[in-house]
Amino acid sequence: MNDLDTATGAVVALRGITIRFPGVLALDGVDFFLRPGEIHSLMGENGAGKSTLIKALTGVYSVDAGTITVGGAERVFAGTADAQDAGISTVYQEVNLCTNLSVGENVMLGHEPRRTGGGIDWRAVHRQAREHLAGLGLEIDTRSTLAAHSLAIQQLVAISRAMVLDAKVLILDEPTSSLDRGEVAQLFAVMRALRDTGVAILFVSHFLDQVYEISDRITVLRNGRLVGEYPAAELPRDQLVSRMIGRELDELAQLSQSAERPIDRTVAPVLRASGVGRRGVLSPADLEVYPGEVVGLAGLLGSGRTEFVRLLVGADKADEGVIEVHGAPARMSSPRHAIQKRIAYSSEDRRGEGVIGDLTVAENIVLGIQARRGWMRPIRRAEHDQLVSEYMSALGVRPADPNALVRNLSGGNQQKVLLARWLATAPELIVLDEPTRGIDVGAKADIQRKVAELAADGLSVIFISSELEEVLRLAQRVSVMRDRRKIGELDSALVDLDQLIDYIANEGEGSAA
Amino acid sequence: MKKLVRHRLFWPITALITLIVINTAARPQFISITVRDGELYGALIDILRNSAPLMLVALGMTIVIATRGIDLSVGAIMAVSGAVALTVIDTSGAPGSLGTVFVALVVALLVSLVLGSWNGLLVSVLGIQPIIATLVLMLAGRGVALLITGGFITTVTSAPYKFIATGYVVGLPFALFISAVAIAVIALVERRTALGMLTEAVGINPAASRLAGVRAKGIVFGAYATSGLLAGMAGVLYSSNIMAADANATGLYIELYAILAVVLGGTSLMGGTFTIAGTVVGVFTIQTLESTILFLGVPSAQAPVFFAIVVIVVVLVQSPRLHRLARRLLSRRSRDDDAGRPASQTKTPVEVAS
Amino acid sequence: MTADVRTAPAGPSIRERYDVFMSRHASLMPTFAAVAILLVLLISAQFAFGNFIAPRNLSALLLNNAYLVILAVGMTFVILTGGIDLSVGSVMAFTGILCAKLLADGIPAIVAVPAMLLSGAAIGLLIGVLVQYFDVQPFIASLAGLFLARGLAFVVSLSSIRVEDPAVLWLQRTRLTVGDWYLTPTGILALLVVAAGVYVAQWTRFGRTIYAIGGNEQSARLMGLPVARTKVLVYVICGLCSGLAGLVLTAYSGAGYPLNGVGTELDAIAAVVIGGTILTGGSGYVLGSLVGVLVYGVIKTIIAFQGAEPSWTRIIIGALLLLFIVVQRVIVARSERRR
Repeated sequence: MNDLDTATGAVVALRGITIRFPGVLALDGVDFFLRPGEIHSLMGENGAGKSTLIKALTGVYSVDAGTITVGGAERVFAGTADAQDAGISTVYQEVNLCTNLSVGENVMLGHEPRRTGGGIDWRAVHRQAREHLAGLGLEIDTRSTLAAHSLAIQQLVAISRAMVLDAKVLILDEPTSSLDRGEVAQLFAVMRALRDTGVAILFVSHFLDQVYEISDRITVLRNGRLVGEYPAAELPRDQLVSRMIGRELDELAQLSQSAERPIDRTVAPVLRASGVGRRGVLSPADLEVYPGEVVGLAGLLGSGRTEFVRLLVGADKADEGVIEVHGAPARMSSPRHAIQKRIAYSSEDRRGEGVIGDLTVAENIVLGIQARRGWMRPIRRAEHDQLVSEYMSALGVRPADPNALVRNLSGGNQQKVLLARWLATAPELIVLDEPTRGIDVGAKADIQRKVAELAADGLSVIFISSELEEVLRLAQRVSVMRDRRKIGELDSALVDLDQLIDYIANEGEGSAA
Repeated sequence: MKKLVRHRLFWPITALITLIVINTAARPQFISITVRDGELYGALIDILRNSAPLMLVALGMTIVIATRGIDLSVGAIMAVSGAVALTVIDTSGAPGSLGTVFVALVVALLVSLVLGSWNGLLVSVLGIQPIIATLVLMLAGRGVALLITGGFITTVTSAPYKFIATGYVVGLPFALFISAVAIAVIALVERRTALGMLTEAVGINPAASRLAGVRAKGIVFGAYATSGLLAGMAGVLYSSNIMAADANATGLYIELYAILAVVLGGTSLMGGTFTIAGTVVGVFTIQTLESTILFLGVPSAQAPVFFAIVVIVVVLVQSPRLHRLARRLLSRRSRDDDAGRPASQTKTPVEVAS
Repeated sequence: MTADVRTAPAGPSIRERYDVFMSRHASLMPTFAAVAILLVLLISAQFAFGNFIAPRNLSALLLNNAYLVILAVGMTFVILTGGIDLSVGSVMAFTGILCAKLLADGIPAIVAVPAMLLSGAAIGLLIGVLVQYFDVQPFIASLAGLFLARGLAFVVSLSSIRVEDPAVLWLQRTRLTVGDWYLTPTGILALLVVAAGVYVAQWTRFGRTIYAIGGNEQSARLMGLPVARTKVLVYVICGLCSGLAGLVLTAYSGAGYPLNGVGTELDAIAAVVIGGTILTGGSGYVLGSLVGVLVYGVIKTIIAFQGAEPSWTRIIIGALLLLFIVVQRVIVARSERRR
């Protein structure tokens, strides 16, 4: 069982995989090969079939046609346990461990060494866990509860557990979405170490930089079909993207031109924050947004961008500082206050704090308006229907069914519905927190285009994105944050991406905290 | 046809109709209605009248469940309400006067509203889990009712009070009107205003609702206060029926029957979308079942066995696993058939990048 | 927020020791609080009545509440998985009256007792299967169990049945004395159940799987743990404990009575929660539930000593439960804000 597939030298070979769901052909005759000692990225936008392929590989889905070969032997997975037994381990975005248990227990759970009496030998459990973690270069108190550690550490513990299970194949699904730069570097170091011991690693991420930094090979899927498999060094970025979405992306370049328009800064700003902060969460910071202006917030994960805007819109309460709307001081201690002042906030946690999955598209869209009107004044049917269809077509929500449940929509369309809800309230200022995270390239472009349009029409926007190019593309000014502090402000017309990255990394170093 | 079957009220109504048909087959007089002194009598009338307390409690329970909560204290609130009302009448000088009864009603309902608001405060402001928050009153409430009645079962003689549960208006039981008014008011408020949709939003995703500007705290508070108020009215009905305040027996297990009615009607215990009509059907089903059991001569103490079987049958019928089994047995292997997929697939999938 | 906690060099400071302790044992805090409450109650009672902490009273404490101890152990396992079992009071009554009936019909204890335990386990199995294989919520499934058991109790007999069997009565009548302390076999049984519960929870894979399921069921499944089997088994165990409690209660009162245990499930849940187990599962200790039952018992005894109406016991337990929950909530809210 430790043989490789003779034709390709792969430890895992998928051939002709076809999977059908009611009404949709998710995968159509896809071939995919994972070789030992390589880091392989799977790329493709929404609906491309990445997720489905991985689920076939991990035993979540059964295949309608095609074969799966592991270690040279053909396998049929009846469930996730089968895949695990075959040596395929997965670490998901939500780190599927039990945070209420200790680190050591999580590593050894299900394989705890036992005493002669039959009970668990806890000393041995923690000793072995320590050894496994040390094998990845980690020194952690194995008796501490997993919940006491950061997500980055939890992920590494999950990887360590995979090694306990003697995995030959490690699948990492969007592992870097919540990590800061240092944590990503630590993860990549661990991945490279594992690769060098012969493990095959499947890396799924939509951060193109990271994909190029870490991958040896890249496989591209589109619309359920295999587009091709390439060595990473031989596939330029623009070619990768065009293969993923099947069209060129220079339409986005036009947007940055629209950002270069004059902003009138002599009038009172729509929103001004002076010394707004919250103990333990954010150092006092200032911000001004003028009518029709897009202000970007840039910084690494954990720099405090989300925390800052949440204070501005009343999602969290500030300890100090003053917030003024159109020059007059405003109380912002609950989201309703912000909404009354025509400030809208689109949360970065789209599923948890944004859309309401079990309600329909129509209900989600009118929710903002309805909440503001209060329960005693429902929106009339005719007005309701017209509003919904207007926004659905303006933003291109698919499928175009107002009665579809939002939880069945793709991430990109969910974001559009969320945006529609806020735009329907006719805000003067809208705060968009990571509106393009985790959605396909096509929808990303749609949303950015919409934001640029609205700003040009006079809407003020505060825009947060981890993709710094987006921020530079859309914003006139960029406020930079690091470590829960605002460290400066830049004119977007005067900096390019490298300068911005440099500023984020180095500005303010050596100066008093 | 498929759409009819998929309608959420299909199974509840079918169950109720089946039950009525079976009853009629066993005792044809089940559906006969006689007129005496201008008042209607009959097994069906009994069901309409006797279901009133459960109807009120179940209506309140539906709304509370919609906010992703539960109210275990309704039985205890019923006991307190009955104790308060009867004590007011008992200690007044004129138990038979309309004014006294009116005052007793107002006081009892006010007390119930306060108790419901107490629950609402614990859940919406302090953020305590509904099961625990209402468990407190469930434990303590009956003790409080016992204290009010001084440890005894208070009995009074009062014609106006007795009328509430046993009186007739235009030939129909007064209790039925109470039920009908409650149903009408709740249905109108929930569906004609935006309260229903906002309640569902809060139940499905409280965090998102808050950010969307929904007054989540107010809605949750209101749900529990309403439940308390309705339970108070149910307590009045119950004590009016027996003209006594029995702190231990009043509303015993009624929270469980109410939850059963809500579930039978198709509202999910997980909160979110709810149906008033479904609950109404559920209450009638339970009442009809009870009538059936009594008719069969089963001692009422043994009746719970039948309800257990009903619960099991209902949840099995509603269970997705059973549907999958049935579909596989009934249909030929079609392209739409998702048989052969491991069970984990049909649950909400882990969010994997696609 | 700690990232890597490296093993400290010589002599960690108090602060460091505290941090390490909290990062390892934070879930013990609620149980410590329960112990503190118990001590406060005992000491206050001692001051108020003078003779409260006497061996006689404390022995009686265990024996009067032995049935609740056993119920609480079973309930702890169920709640640890994030579920709940509302049927325990009714199953206790049903198995009790069943045993009494069998004995009265001349069936030897050696057959009757296993039969009653089996019937308790059977109802637990029914609930477990409904929860696990038909996706029924534990609340509703155990509600069905409650109805079923209560009704079946009355089917067995509409009124109480005395127990004359010497083997069963021996469980309660025998006293093992050590000075002024005394223990009956029922008390020993309760303690054995607690000991077994502790062992299973902390030293077996089955027990650790229970904690894992309570922490994150989906993760537990993906980690390859036998989630389905375990979830069904906890309800079986709880049903078994209910049967055992039925035996203890029947021995204690000398009769089976179909109206036993009305509301007892609430007492059991209150004891488990006061003892430090979180209702959402994944955190809690069997010993904590024992402490919770003792708290309940002490309050009941204090009420009796006061000569007040017994209905006050439930009121106070309710208030205590509330206090406990509010404090837990405040602590959780504060730690969430600090993060």
